[in-house]
Amino acid sequence: MSSTAVSTPSRFRVPGWVAPTGIALLFVVAYLIFQGTGTLPHNSEAPQFAAVTELREWIDDHRNDNPVFLYFLNYIRIFVEALFSLLQTTLYALGWPGLIGVMGALAWLAGGWRVALGAVAGFCSFGVFGLWQASVDTLALVASAVLLSLVIGIPLGVWAGLSVRVRKLFTPVLDVMQIMPHFAYLAPLALFFHIGAPAGVIATMIYSIPPAIRITALAIQRVSPTAVEASASLGATRAQTLLKVHLPLARSTMALAINQTIMMALSMVVIANLISAPGLGSDIIRGLSRAQVGIMLPAGLAIVVMAVVLDRMMVSVAKRDPRNKIGRSSLVVAAVLAGAGLIAAPLLPREWPANLTINLVSEINDVVLWAETSWFGVTSFIKDTFSNLVLNPLEHLFTSAPWWLVAAAVLVVAWRISGVRPALTALACLLAIALLGTWEHSMRTLTTVAVAVVVTLVIGLLLGVAAARWDTYSAFQRPLLDAAQTMPSFVYLLPALALFGTTRFTAIFASIIFAVPPVVRLVEDGIRTVPATVVEAATSAGSTSGQLLWKVQLPMARRAILLAANQGIVMTLAMVVVGALVGAGALGYDVVLGFSQRTDFGMGFVAGVAMVLLGVMLDRITQGADRRPSPTKGM
Amino acid sequence: MRESPDSGAIGVEGLWKIFGPRAERVLDSDDRFLEPGALREKTGCTPAVRDVSFEVSPGEVFVVMGLSGSGKSTLVRCLTRLIEPTAGRITIGGEDVRAASPARLRELRRHHVSMVFQHFGLLPHRRVIDNVAYGLEIQGTGKAARHARAADILSLVGLDGHADSYPDQLSGGMQQRVGLARALAVEPQVMLFDEPFSALDPLIRRDMQAEVVRLHREVGKTMVFITHDLSEALKLGERIAIMRAGAIVQIGTPEELVGAPADDYVADFVRDVPRSHVLTLRWIARPPEEGEPLDGPALPAVTLIKDAIGAASSSSRPIRVVDGDELVGVVDRVDLLSFLAGQDVSGLDVSGSDASGSDAVATA
Repeated sequence: MSSTAVSTPSRFRVPGWVAPTGIALLFVVAYLIFQGTGTLPHNSEAPQFAAVTELREWIDDHRNDNPVFLYFLNYIRIFVEALFSLLQTTLYALGWPGLIGVMGALAWLAGGWRVALGAVAGFCSFGVFGLWQASVDTLALVASAVLLSLVIGIPLGVWAGLSVRVRKLFTPVLDVMQIMPHFAYLAPLALFFHIGAPAGVIATMIYSIPPAIRITALAIQRVSPTAVEASASLGATRAQTLLKVHLPLARSTMALAINQTIMMALSMVVIANLISAPGLGSDIIRGLSRAQVGIMLPAGLAIVVMAVVLDRMMVSVAKRDPRNKIGRSSLVVAAVLAGAGLIAAPLLPREWPANLTINLVSEINDVVLWAETSWFGVTSFIKDTFSNLVLNPLEHLFTSAPWWLVAAAVLVVAWRISGVRPALTALACLLAIALLGTWEHSMRTLTTVAVAVVVTLVIGLLLGVAAARWDTYSAFQRPLLDAAQTMPSFVYLLPALALFGTTRFTAIFASIIFAVPPVVRLVEDGIRTVPATVVEAATSAGSTSGQLLWKVQLPMARRAILLAANQGIVMTLAMVVVGALVGAGALGYDVVLGFSQRTDFGMGFVAGVAMVLLGVMLDRITQGADRRPSPTKGM
Repeated sequence: MRESPDSGAIGVEGLWKIFGPRAERVLDSDDRFLEPGALREKTGCTPAVRDVSFEVSPGEVFVVMGLSGSGKSTLVRCLTRLIEPTAGRITIGGEDVRAASPARLRELRRHHVSMVFQHFGLLPHRRVIDNVAYGLEIQGTGKAARHARAADILSLVGLDGHADSYPDQLSGGMQQRVGLARALAVEPQVMLFDEPFSALDPLIRRDMQAEVVRLHREVGKTMVFITHDLSEALKLGERIAIMRAGAIVQIGTPEELVGAPADDYVADFVRDVPRSHVLTLRWIARPPEEGEPLDGPALPAVTLIKDAIGAASSSSRPIRVVDGDELVGVVDRVDLLSFLAGQDVSGLDVSGSDASGSDAVATA
């Protein structure tokens, strides 16, 4: 009697969670059955690697008789080399007093006495650290790369800003360039341009050109359309409108484009040392590979100081009101500063005086050693627990699962998050990784990235939400985030190395502290840009602040949060790869090995390609709703 | 060119603008007669201007009025091809604008036609004087000459003493005066106004409207004025074109629109207009009846009805409505009262209206 009431559901509806759970279960079962089969273990003698190594041998042999090299690539190389040595010679010719004076003068013109004082003090610190020569080399390298980036990037950016069609053409290319980890550029460049300063300049230029193009295009696009139309209505030619309307109105945003380009270049010049570019990078890479914080700290500080000085100068230029012309008194002061430096140059010793340098290598090493030993209990506990509970099981999972199962999982996840086309792209990348013979190392790198990303996102969301809700906390956090974002990436390896020595965990720690700031910022901005009227409406309907967050602010900030996730992934990947220098192993290590051992060049090269594929794959998986600003919404 | 008798004349014939990827093909098919919504659904193209024709005589103030989305801003941009029309013929001063080469078109924009924009379109990085001189600068006029000219124009629009300010230091009304000055500085024969005062406060808007009327009296340019504000249209327009969904519904003097709306849409628009402020005695004059005394006060036929009330109250005899020496008809107190009470609508003689546009300027 009672059974009729219970057993007559007119229509059985499957709850929403059944399908995903079923699929997940299916994967678990498949894994348990097929575990250990279909794995693709790493073989450092793989024929794919050998082929690339041979290609390099062939190129090295024919560098001077093959027409492509003889009439094209070699000329580029010679030109870049000439530019670099011109700048290098000029900077050296100024002598240290001259350079300090000139930089002080430029900084004065850019932003007044504070910026000038910072510039003079900053450049003096290069000498004090005993790194004058390396700093000047780095400056010359950065200057050449930035110059080339701007000469090429700004016209392209203007073009893209004016034409929707060009913008549509550039955007996917720039997207891919921006998700490429910096390591990945180096091997092909070494192949085509040999190693040394020119290859370093070109690598740096390629890495730093996307913001020059993107931000310039954005600046041009944002110019008030009415102003442009008014100019056209008065019969201005396109060139007149460009020169008199677009460029002046885009000026301050374009200064930020230049600033971004410089910052990107500064973070790349260090890595460029792996292909024998001169400068501060050599101390840093040496320090990293020997795990000696004492060697790398001064060089790292010098790069940070250079970044801060140049950043302050460019930001002041961007902020300056173009109506206030530079006053005569400023010009006089600047002339005096520059003149004093130049006059002092021949009078003072050519080299930075030795008695004005401080050598702290051993002291720093002692402090680090003390820190390592006294905190050993805590740090090794964190490290070991984390490795045993999270890293190792996950890595085992990825490497022991059959390749087809991983591929299927990636396909399903990407499909669900981002749709068909991104899913197919992600799958293609994964299959290419398998074909390249880098499966196992890619899976290891993937593990590290996955773990770092999850932790980054959790921390980033918490801090971002906190900052969006409490203004005082946000005011405290903002300057920290600003500072964090001007620092070149490898600087983050320093504290990680000092605390955890060389292990996989070090790289994860570094990439978390590297990627958290932009994630926090994006989340905070996303929540804060929820329209005030919507928040007001929800509050007046009686929402608690928790309900407001969960039901209004977070859902409405969804796009910003997805973008934050994507940014986090891209940055983490870049850092995990650099982390190879401090023990992250896997793909990054293959790349580094490729540069140091000629016979392993092929493996390093292919590992670089695999990294790019991995990056594209992760990017596609997390692309989600149209998160990337599309051409119509600005690049 | 300036001496040519019709240098400021504008002629538009069969003008079409369809936005979208296959605009040409839509134009060649019968689809173009679909309503905009249906057309967008079917072809993905948006028709903004549909088969528009009109003439503007030199020195006339021609107002195009319509609600937002009616295509009026697109229309005015098509006149100098700031937006390229899809089809149709445009002449300015007798010259075929659509056939003009890019260089010739630039000449036209530089010397003959200038435009004032809703959001001003001033250049924030230039001083007011340099904004005003911008048109001369791109023509290649020397700095001293263009600054002298710009200073003259600034005092014409009442901005003496603001030459060295920057646009964002001025109020909205003053910024639009700068926009006006910039358009005047190149001495055009034709001025186009794209809703120039909609972004301004009501009081400032009234000042600026008076300013335009004054300028028109002083410099006598041909003006094409876009607005969505009926009272502005009635105040400024010698003739008004009402646009709806890209097409012109009716062109006429304010009097014709108010007295004889072409369809319900226009009628709906002008319903709240105080008609005694727009219509003239011609509209309510009737033939004198047998034995009606014809020695009352005489008023010209173009007198606004509201202005006849005074005469009617001072004399009990019917007012004689005259056109020159000729008697058009009479109007007595009863006629006026029933008109003011709104009981005359059916009695209006539409066909008899041929009031010449230029005399019918409404309350300025």
